[in-house]
Amino acid sequence: MGNIRLENVKKAFGDAIVIPDLDLEIENGEFVVFVGPSGCGKSTLLRLIAGLEDVTGGKIWINGRDATGEAPASRGLAMVFQTYALYPHMSVYKNIAFPLKMAGMDKKAIDDKVRGAAETLNLTDFLHRRPGQLSGGQRQRVAIGRAIVREPKAFLFDEPLSNLDAALRVAMRLEISELHHQLKTTMIYVTHDQVEAMTMADKIVVLRAGIIEQVGSPLDLYRSPRNRFVAGFIGSPKMNFVEGDKAAKRDAYAIGIRPEHMTLSTDDGQWPGTVRVSEHLGSDTFLHVDVEGAGMMTVRSDGDVPIDHGVRVFLTPDEAKLHRFDADGKAL
Amino acid sequence: MATLHTRTSARYMMAPAVLLLLAWMLIPLGMTLYFSFLRYNLLMPGMEEWTGFLNYKYFLTDPAFDDALINTLLLVGGTLLITVIGGTLLALMLDQPFFGRGIVRLMVIAPFFVMPTVSALVWKNMLMHPVYGLFAWLAKSVGLPPVDWLAQVPLLSVIMIVSWQWLPFATLILLTAMQSLDEEQKEAAEMDGAGAISRFIYIVVPHLARAITVVILIETIFLLSVFAEILVTTNGGPGTQSTNITYLVYSLALLQFDVGGASAGGIVAVILANIVAIFLIRMIGKNLDR
Repeated sequence: MGNIRLENVKKAFGDAIVIPDLDLEIENGEFVVFVGPSGCGKSTLLRLIAGLEDVTGGKIWINGRDATGEAPASRGLAMVFQTYALYPHMSVYKNIAFPLKMAGMDKKAIDDKVRGAAETLNLTDFLHRRPGQLSGGQRQRVAIGRAIVREPKAFLFDEPLSNLDAALRVAMRLEISELHHQLKTTMIYVTHDQVEAMTMADKIVVLRAGIIEQVGSPLDLYRSPRNRFVAGFIGSPKMNFVEGDKAAKRDAYAIGIRPEHMTLSTDDGQWPGTVRVSEHLGSDTFLHVDVEGAGMMTVRSDGDVPIDHGVRVFLTPDEAKLHRFDADGKAL
Repeated sequence: MATLHTRTSARYMMAPAVLLLLAWMLIPLGMTLYFSFLRYNLLMPGMEEWTGFLNYKYFLTDPAFDDALINTLLLVGGTLLITVIGGTLLALMLDQPFFGRGIVRLMVIAPFFVMPTVSALVWKNMLMHPVYGLFAWLAKSVGLPPVDWLAQVPLLSVIMIVSWQWLPFATLILLTAMQSLDEEQKEAAEMDGAGAISRFIYIVVPHLARAITVVILIETIFLLSVFAEILVTTNGGPGTQSTNITYLVYSLALLQFDVGGASAGGIVAVILANIVAIFLIRMIGKNLDR
């Protein structure tokens, strides 16, 4: 059980308003990702839910109970921090056992739970090491272990993968997703990486300057972004935006087209341009094309396209997958 | 210093400084060692003669030596206890945000800048004096007889004065250590259900362990040679109640003019200091290795 409801939540640090007014409903068992550029208030929002910061206004409901004024420990949530926040002077075993010890559990029960968690997370061989002797991924797992032994109503992850290298990040992403399927507990995950958001979330909350821009499933956001910000933030490489007469022709202030929704040709097409940079990734090729009258655009093509710098190409957008925006950036 | 060449030239460059320091240490030590085997009294000039270990025998069997040894250990131990515990609590307080924290921090650190003789005089005449002292006034204002601190509890008085001087040092070191504690660790402990006291015991104190060993090491070095505070306040008395080894050596050399005996005492003090150092380094080595 772990549904969380935020009602008119406001947060200000002195005069600086971080979250003006926010409503959000998180269902039991959901994997919710807060995503947004740095400084958008996503970590603050998570800390408000955790109780590490006090709200300036509004209410936080956890399982239908008003938790606004409750201490972090009594909210029944567990948090995994960006820097893991392991206790350096304690062994892995003691780190995982710490919340149980604080809860006053007896030694036998603690031992069972710690060993169970270590089993789930492949930490059994490391129980007597100190955090300083572990690799980044192992430390991350200890931090998760410390969270799961408490059997919380919800897990809060604050950019947990940003200190790991790229390969490990992908592996841990899978592990966390798998853990979610295993435990079926509510998880709230904060990241600035839209790939993590797209791959892990049941529901993505896109934030900008403390305001929710859009809430929806990953594919919802990808297919029908509500505004130009969401359109540009979700999807990699970024959506191309064109203003001016190309947009006016389609009755819009600006149009957006994703790199994967354009076809590339060397002899015929709608928009002529010159290739500036081509990135060959093997599976795909990303071409950065200087389109006449529209500026730089990115287009995705097959892995074995023999096009390099300086080649003249033609781009044709897929009209059905074109996004149109008005002057305020709202989708039409 | 990577190559053999740079290493060799570095040695040549360091040599003058090292040699100077070595001479600075070895010549006084050698002279003291030499004097300690002579019958050398300033009241009997020109009568110096070799006496072997007689000076050592007299020094070690002097009842004042036993008192001085115990007083030295009490002085060092007591001051360490007060400064480490007090310093931790003060650092904990100064780590909290409150109005005027900058000023309070500055004032807490101030006693460290006052020279020992001055602070001892201030304590002697303004605080502990049985007639004019602040403590006496406080005692009288609640109807208690005033305590003549320096006469009735001389060693405790010296410990208080020395602790007052060293508390800022401990506070400063422990405060910086406390500030280096990762904020997320405290928050994690808070999420884990640890209250303020548990957080202090399980998170803050282990984090401070290293800083505390550093404080103990440095303070011990200086506390073994406390002298000015005793000279200014009690002159080692009454009797030998506040005489430590440093003061005993001084009184042998410059009050009784027995240079030979004082030199023997000096050598004994060096040996004792080294024994303490060995214990300390072992303890600290264990603590710093982690």
